[in-house]
Amino acid sequence: MSSKQPVLVAENVVKELGKGAGKVMALKGVSLSLVPGELTLLMGPSGSGKTTLLSILGCILTPTSGEIRIGGTATAGLEPEALAELRRKYIGFIFQSYNLFPTLNALENVRIALDVLGQKGYPAAARAEEVLREVGLGHRLQNYPSNLSGGEQQRVAVARAIAASPAVVLADEPTAALDSENGHAVMALLGRIAKEQNRCVLAVTHDPRTLGYADRVIHIEDGKIVREERRPEGINSPEITDLTKKRRKANV
Amino acid sequence: MTPFFQSIACGRPATSEFADPSYTSNARGHAALGISQHMILTLAFRNLFHDRIRLAVTLVGILFSIVLVAVQLGLYLGSSRMITGMIERSTGDLWITAYGAKSFEEGGILLTPRERHQALVTPGVKSVIPLVVSFAEWRKPAGGSTRVVVVGSDAEDGGLVPWGLVEGTWEDIKAPEAISADQTYLKDLGIEGMGSTAQIATGRVRVRALTRGIRSFTQSPFVFTPLQRARNLLNVEGEKSTFYLVQLEPGASVEEVKSQLVRKLEGAEVLTKQEFSDRSLTAWLFRTGAGIALIGGALLGTLVGTVIVAQTLYSSTKDHLNEFATLRALGSSAGYIHKVILAQAGLSAVVGYALGMSIALLVLWLSRNSPLPLVMTPGLALSLFALTVFMCAISALSAIVKVTKIDPAVVFSR
Repeated sequence: MSSKQPVLVAENVVKELGKGAGKVMALKGVSLSLVPGELTLLMGPSGSGKTTLLSILGCILTPTSGEIRIGGTATAGLEPEALAELRRKYIGFIFQSYNLFPTLNALENVRIALDVLGQKGYPAAARAEEVLREVGLGHRLQNYPSNLSGGEQQRVAVARAIAASPAVVLADEPTAALDSENGHAVMALLGRIAKEQNRCVLAVTHDPRTLGYADRVIHIEDGKIVREERRPEGINSPEITDLTKKRRKANV
Repeated sequence: MTPFFQSIACGRPATSEFADPSYTSNARGHAALGISQHMILTLAFRNLFHDRIRLAVTLVGILFSIVLVAVQLGLYLGSSRMITGMIERSTGDLWITAYGAKSFEEGGILLTPRERHQALVTPGVKSVIPLVVSFAEWRKPAGGSTRVVVVGSDAEDGGLVPWGLVEGTWEDIKAPEAISADQTYLKDLGIEGMGSTAQIATGRVRVRALTRGIRSFTQSPFVFTPLQRARNLLNVEGEKSTFYLVQLEPGASVEEVKSQLVRKLEGAEVLTKQEFSDRSLTAWLFRTGAGIALIGGALLGTLVGTVIVAQTLYSSTKDHLNEFATLRALGSSAGYIHKVILAQAGLSAVVGYALGMSIALLVLWLSRNSPLPLVMTPGLALSLFALTVFMCAISALSAIVKVTKIDPAVVFSR
């Protein structure tokens, strides 16, 4: 278990969606914490509450009950603008569909994320270029999303997420729209961001190809965390072995 | 080693995977490309120009609005200048008129020399200049008739003389039967120009001078002639006059002299230049409804422009809602997004104004020789720009309301 101080903590988070007879309890008391230097995968079947949990951890949705603390700040009762400020300060997002601005080129897509933070002019332009080079897109700075492949678009999205050096990077199905090669490339990049830049990276996924990059895997089903696996110090963890067998079987 | 760990340990070497062959430590070189770029303006500009058809609709809306408002207000200004032109060109400080005189052209009951003498003995008064002004029938040499406004004034008095003389002089107008007419109305008057003859009421007249730019709001051309000839043509008895123009001694107080004159002249009114101008404007623009129609047209133009811009901005915002939601998810403040929308509105305003003003100025140029020329002043041009910006800002409200309700969670459902 890591001894590092957690940056993001969720305690007993409950989320109800809908009203009246259509009310659904999407999360039923979820607790977790994210520490720097780890790539955590949040896995589970469709409708298990993965994305809802990600939205709550990213201060986009507010929990019905329970507590979220980011960088020591409790989010309960904060106004939307204060939540936006927390997102600016601590969180970088990567979306399944990349969510790039189609009218901006790669450099501008990264720059706008910095602009939102108040970083403008020469330093922002230099930083945007720097992160795009880090993700291997130094030669595609002026390309628009329509002229980039899916993998390249996702790398621009990764660059945008890490440009402001957030403590937490939250990724929603980052490989879902990518082919195998690009999926591996993006996961390797996320792993590197976690390790080399000492960030908390949480990726929602149901893609078994991503397992190899994880330090920790959290399984969620029906709004509850049902299992949590951690990359062990040794290689003989029965949980991991089981997981691997399952994966092999599935692949076969 | 299990496959799980193999994939971690041997997993794709991140560094080499994304090694950028073009990378040098001098990343700043390329970044310099975008140093001065303002991202809010960039995004607003790209959003706006992304959909050319919608942009064209927006610009046509603004353009239509600007041209309509410019033409209506240009006509209003042009009309105002025509209505007050004679009063503004006069050299008098005060106007003595018959009680209830509506305007320069409708002076009403004639004043007698008694009022003139009373005015002349008032302290502070330097001179009192008689003017005769009245509508009259102009009989065309080839048959038919029209209405003119005869202005009788003596040049020696220096009260009101024709301006913009292009042919002939005031001395020429002193000749028997002589009058001056404006070039703009030659066709309406049924004459060729210099030397043409016609008849006013029962008296024969001959054009001895031509002016340019003396236009009449009533579309009855002004015809200048010496005072006594005007009296003869209009059958004015003795030395009666329509107005007296009062010129003051240097240093005399207009208000003080005015109040003395008001006390002395019971059957007449004493008005300052400004008061008489205002009265004439009220009479022609508002009592006749012409001004209301012009201002109504301008308001309608503004309304139509606002609705068109609002509709297109709203639909543009709706189309880019996911992008705004992404911005919100990235942590942007609501204010940042509002600025993008307002920048879109502002850009639309600037481009639409430039196009609209170009067309308005063309219309203005085309109207320069018409009986009702449009007028554009720097003040009106600035006001139109302010109106365009205001119209676009108001239009942006619906889009802002829409974006304020945005739920950033939609970024996960795309």
